[in-house]
Amino acid sequence: MERVLLKNIENPNSADIDEYMKVGGYRSLPKALDMQPRDIIDEVKKSGLKGRGGAGFPAGMKWTFASADPKFPKYLLCNADEGEPGTFKDRPILEKNPHLLIEGMAISGYALQAEYGYIYLRGEYPDAKHALKKAIKQAYEKGFLGDNILGKGVKFHLAVHQGAGAYICGEETALIESLEGGRGQPRIKPPFPVNVGVFSAPTIVNNVETLANLPYLIEIGADAYSKIGSPDCPGPKLYCVSGHVEKPGVYELPMGTTLRDIIYTHCGGIRGGKKLKAVIPGGISTPVLPPDKIDCPMDFVNMPKHGSMLGSGAVMVFDETVCLVKVCYRALKFFEHESCGKCTPCREGTGWLRSILDRIERGEGREGDIDMLLDVAGNMFGKTFCPLGDGAASVVQNFIKHFRPEFEEHIK
Amino acid sequence: MNRTDELIKEIQEVKKSYPKTKAALLPVLYLAQREFGWLRPEALEFVSEALDIPKATVKGVATFYAMYKHKLMGRHLIQLCTNVSCMIFGAERLVDFLKNKYGLEVGGTTADGRFSLVIMECIGACGTAPAMLVNDDFYENLTEKYIEEILEKYK
Ligand SMILES: Cc1cc2nc3c(=O)[nH]c(=O)nc-3n(C[C@H](O)[C@H](O)[C@H](O)COP(=O)(O)O)c2cc1C
Ligand code: SF4
Repeated sequence: MERVLLKNIENPNSADIDEYMKVGGYRSLPKALDMQPRDIIDEVKKSGLKGRGGAGFPAGMKWTFASADPKFPKYLLCNADEGEPGTFKDRPILEKNPHLLIEGMAISGYALQAEYGYIYLRGEYPDAKHALKKAIKQAYEKGFLGDNILGKGVKFHLAVHQGAGAYICGEETALIESLEGGRGQPRIKPPFPVNVGVFSAPTIVNNVETLANLPYLIEIGADAYSKIGSPDCPGPKLYCVSGHVEKPGVYELPMGTTLRDIIYTHCGGIRGGKKLKAVIPGGISTPVLPPDKIDCPMDFVNMPKHGSMLGSGAVMVFDETVCLVKVCYRALKFFEHESCGKCTPCREGTGWLRSILDRIERGEGREGDIDMLLDVAGNMFGKTFCPLGDGAASVVQNFIKHFRPEFEEHIK
Repeated sequence: MNRTDELIKEIQEVKKSYPKTKAALLPVLYLAQREFGWLRPEALEFVSEALDIPKATVKGVATFYAMYKHKLMGRHLIQLCTNVSCMIFGAERLVDFLKNKYGLEVGGTTADGRFSLVIMECIGACGTAPAMLVNDDFYENLTEKYIEEILEKYK
């Protein structure tokens, strides 16, 4: 497959606007500006592009809702918070291909008639901040951003907003709260951001990778685009693989590549010829899978049928030497730290789960601890204000579901 | 122009990026942290006045986010990830190493004020774990020996 999102990144100057334009960059923007905004939205709808931030929500549908709202101004927000442990897929776009994102945002801004955009960038990516700021400046100089883009009377302004180290700000309503200068706690939905978002205006939040698909989608058209990867969930996809594989890294592959292919064909298999023990396929919040479940196509439609989720496409591979109780404990320590404290089941539950797992891991587990974990998790799942709490509960539930004997072993 | 005037000018510039002043709070807290070294009470007061936001609100926001500092830090900030992908490649051993070799506790500062250590929750370098940031610089595929070499560069 031709690389779209990671195109040209071996070039050490790939982040420079001239290098981007040499490989065809900023050719889709003029093409898009010659289309009607509604036609671009229709293309996105027809393409089947699903949001790459974790939930897989159809981009065209979100855009239709936002554009149906009669209020102006509208805002386009790029979610570059990338905080899900295991995830480092947006980073190469931000650091090495920032113009692809900027072009994607300019196209989206025009389609959605949003005149202002922000990139909400996690605070832990200083290199990305510098790359983006430089790239935005270059894009203004060349007339791809500003009050009169390419002389076509279209206005779109773009700025970077730096987060400050809070995972929950990746959740779109918390992100909005944080962009407005508040504590990053999620808001109740409805109203949805497409109607009442940042500064009370209709707001479209999309992930970096989602927006970076736009130039290519416009270039080849929805029909050709929808033929890449899975029929129900098309397009190129970034999979970021970490843990015990021979060649960890970010891979751009057709959506729907199987987990087995990713691990064994592309990443060279398990390090040192060891045995595979478990895989977390889509970032720490997604259900862990045992080795006999890795023939599933990695896309938003098929993963749920195989007991997990695509999430952010962050594949974490564990070989036979890894203690999964410890992994589970470390995951819950993360959730406890990142719980925003707004709702009780999550704020209290994550702490309880962490502390029970802690004693089990130290060999001080008590009889009945596993049931207590399941009881606490069961009292969280579906009862928290936002999906962070669900994620924390389901991590525990799934580790126990697939690897209960290992927990029992620790307690004996 | 003195430092404060310069800072106020920078704040004016930041405010232009947003339709509402309050949205400038996060970036302005970063500026205040840079100028005052950490978010000491005077820094929070300064931000509150500069943006005309109640002090309690400023403090509430500043304490929500992990990257704002509420005590004096060493000259160089080591931010080491110990989340799962880093953990399975020995990040905890590195925490012990920093403690034994440099007397650096988690959340603490060396006696000579050279380094502070903060444990991070995933810094997006999972494919090259374990990883850390020293100030704004990324370092990956860490080992004890490599850390020693790196830290030599920060005096
Ligand atoms: C706890 C939590 C953390 C999230 N973190 C991110 C993130 O770091 N990046 C991201 O793009 N989406 C994240 N999301 C999903 C966003 O809420 C939102 O669905 C997404 O940005 C929409 O963009 P998309 O439709 O292009 O996927 C997170 C959601 C939750 C509940
Ligand atoms: S589930 Fe957790 S993170 Fe989400 S609102 Fe409740 S306390 Fe906050």
